[in-house]
Amino acid sequence: MTKTRFALAVLAVPLAVLAAGCGGSSKSSSGSSDVNGNVSITGVWTGDEQKSFQAVLDVCKEKYPNVTVKYNSSGDNTPTVLSTAVQGGNPPDLAAVSQPGLMKDFQKKGALQPLDFAKSDITDNYPEDFVTLTTINGKIYGLIFKGANKSTVWYNTKSLNDAGVDPPKSWDDLIKDAGTIKASGTTPFSVGGADGWTLTDLFENIYLRQAGGDMYDKLSDHTIKWTDPSVKKALTTMGQYLQSGNIAGGTSGALQTDFPTSVSNVFADSPKASMVAEGDFVPGVVASSNPLKPVDGYNVFAFPSVDGSEESVVGGGDTVMMFKDTPASEAIIKCLATPEASEAWAKRGGFSSPNKNLDTGVYPDEITKTTASALATTKTFRFDMSDLQPAAFGGTVGQGEFKIFQDFLKNPSNVDSIAQALETSAAKAYASQ
Amino acid sequence: MSGGAGGGSITAEPAVAQAPLPDAGARRSSTTLTAIAFLLPAALFLGVWLLYPTIYTIVRSLFGRSGFGDFVGFDNYKQLWTNTLVRDSIVRTFVWLAIVPLIITIFGLLFAVLTERVRWSVAFKTILFMPMAISLFATGVIWHVMYLKDPNQGAVNAAIGGVRSVFASSGPVEDAQPSTATVTGSKSRGFTLKTPLQAGQSALIGLTGIPPDDLPATAKQAKVPHASNSEITGVVWRDFSPGGGKPGKVEPLELGIPGATVELKGSDGKTESATTGDDGSFTFDDVGSGRYTASVSASTFSSAFGGVSWLGSALITPAIMVAYIWVWAGFAMVVIGAGLAAMPRDVLEAARTDGATEWQVFRRVTVPLLAPVLSVVFITMLINVLKVFDIIVSIAPGSTQSDASVIAVQMWRQSFGGVNDFGFGSAIAVFLFILVIPMLMLNVRRFRREG
Repeated sequence: MTKTRFALAVLAVPLAVLAAGCGGSSKSSSGSSDVNGNVSITGVWTGDEQKSFQAVLDVCKEKYPNVTVKYNSSGDNTPTVLSTAVQGGNPPDLAAVSQPGLMKDFQKKGALQPLDFAKSDITDNYPEDFVTLTTINGKIYGLIFKGANKSTVWYNTKSLNDAGVDPPKSWDDLIKDAGTIKASGTTPFSVGGADGWTLTDLFENIYLRQAGGDMYDKLSDHTIKWTDPSVKKALTTMGQYLQSGNIAGGTSGALQTDFPTSVSNVFADSPKASMVAEGDFVPGVVASSNPLKPVDGYNVFAFPSVDGSEESVVGGGDTVMMFKDTPASEAIIKCLATPEASEAWAKRGGFSSPNKNLDTGVYPDEITKTTASALATTKTFRFDMSDLQPAAFGGTVGQGEFKIFQDFLKNPSNVDSIAQALETSAAKAYASQ
Repeated sequence: MSGGAGGGSITAEPAVAQAPLPDAGARRSSTTLTAIAFLLPAALFLGVWLLYPTIYTIVRSLFGRSGFGDFVGFDNYKQLWTNTLVRDSIVRTFVWLAIVPLIITIFGLLFAVLTERVRWSVAFKTILFMPMAISLFATGVIWHVMYLKDPNQGAVNAAIGGVRSVFASSGPVEDAQPSTATVTGSKSRGFTLKTPLQAGQSALIGLTGIPPDDLPATAKQAKVPHASNSEITGVVWRDFSPGGGKPGKVEPLELGIPGATVELKGSDGKTESATTGDDGSFTFDDVGSGRYTASVSASTFSSAFGGVSWLGSALITPAIMVAYIWVWAGFAMVVIGAGLAAMPRDVLEAARTDGATEWQVFRRVTVPLLAPVLSVVFITMLINVLKVFDIIVSIAPGSTQSDASVIAVQMWRQSFGGVNDFGFGSAIAVFLFILVIPMLMLNVRRFRREG
């Protein structure tokens, strides 16, 4: 998401190597009053999220009554705050960040402590893909406590009913249904093309399904080129979706449609389009102006399978990591890994937990349950690729991936030259990193 | 830090201009000590907020992305020409410089001269000056909304659409397509049944792609009327039932299109027309024995105005310029108006007495006398245009940010705004600083002369 990219700016500040270590042998006690001490946490969660996280900490307080936690919210500035704190030699005990690259950077600087003491707690509760994402050189350095699902397609219930189609399970059905919806007089898709990340998210969803997780990782690392046949194939598939007649306002209209408008196009009594393929944060952007009720008015289905692919999710997440290894901070990590900790936030809403032992019944409504539980049950999970790439390529408005995908939206038959443009831009960005 | 220097170069103009004043005071004052005491706060602020960031930025521009460990010499400056996005932005900045300050000065002059002569001039001046009271970013947001392509949202396109609708046809249905290959055509040409008809036959003209609430509320279930031997009948209907239905067949739940104009053209070239009923049916009585072609005329469809793509890649820069001129023309008017008020009236009167026309007075007397003021406005606008930033970021949607981008925007994008390359960002800042210097010197020299 864009907010995280803005904050990433500070990473240019050189980080002093800091070997923080207060020593202390790890004790493996699951909830006891033996552990005592203070823990400071700096995190991205503000406002309602901060209150919800406080509820999580209350659960930990029950488990470890003698551990006192102080949570500091630094919001979008978290990367700046942490980088400065690490440089100054005084990082918090724990931190929660949304940038997957940040954990790797801190680990490289030697500022992070591995979470090996909680290995079984983490592997027992979290799906393999989530553990792999935070594993560096065989050691776990983070816990993806809060997830986000970007493999969702939101639809206007009435307009699908009018057209007489059911939520499609496969890509071919999606394209076929789009034709039917069009014949019924409603434009099938709403595309927020003014915001380039809506297009990269769409591409990533297709690519992960069509090419598989291994290829996805290679493309993220740029060990395969963007001119690879798999990329061209995914672009061709994406082109079926982006046909001008299929999208609200046509191509030129979509290029001027920002993300909130792309959502309100669908979430309306007389919608301009039937479906919008964007992440689980969609209902939030129209929360105050949305005339539709969940399920009856709008609903969601999982991004359909492409070429018979298995269940896959492209998403994001907030990772908790450790700067100072003390018994008290170990206790908090262990606590956060438990389903009870996730439950405390999940039942308050606005939370998707990758924790596979969390009872999905605790989510406050059907729609959250659908989008959130996919994280824990999916066969394959990958981080949003554009968040993993150099920002000059994957995260800057008006250039790199965002711009080139907008050019693709302008002319979706232009697969070869788009792939070439992506490769040229990527090669330059990776080289200057 | 480098951003501070960018800001420093922007605010440098008044600071430099004021500097000679305390200096002059110092010479007059008896003790040097007092002078230093008075100078210190200003010197301190200038040092911290201007001097240090400027030097820092210049030094930083010689280092690479990862910081002061990575000396790259002038590579960042070479990038100004090799990075196509930045190069295009530099070129675009010069286009701005060539067009915008001149237009703003001309408008300012016209407004100043004209408002001086009308009644209610204060009201006019207030209205024209009002945009200055809004922040440029907010101005950008307002114009962004006004420029939106959808005429239901964008005021500019709504106005164009409003004028256009006076002339355009307005039928009962907005959009349609043929449901099968038996019908050809489009909504602008009308839809024609391929197979010619004879008396006693019924035409099936199925259309699709019509939103359900687009049909008049009176629409009823479509029905194929029976045709007697002397009649040609038919039905025009929305050939869609949930799930798609069978194209080309009138099925339950498929509604007729009321109010459609059907034309029947005989082989002799004679054309009759009829209007469909609530169930979409139409009848032509007493037709002859020849062959007839049936079609739904284009007048059945309203021609919706899709809107001009003001925010698209082709028009985005002119569109932003218009908004920018709208903001600054009022400022130019006020400054020029002040100059005009201070102008000796007797010169104008003398010219008029000598028989000069108003145009000659304006051209030969007013403008030359105003020249110093005009050049102040012009140079101020050159400097303002060089650093134009917020209005571009706020008007252009993400998809055309690169088509609207100028130097100051790239300075931000390459450093804070995503790319994180503070070395390159600093180099762009220094380049911008160098561009501003000649104009600053012009202004400083003028202040000296006037002082």
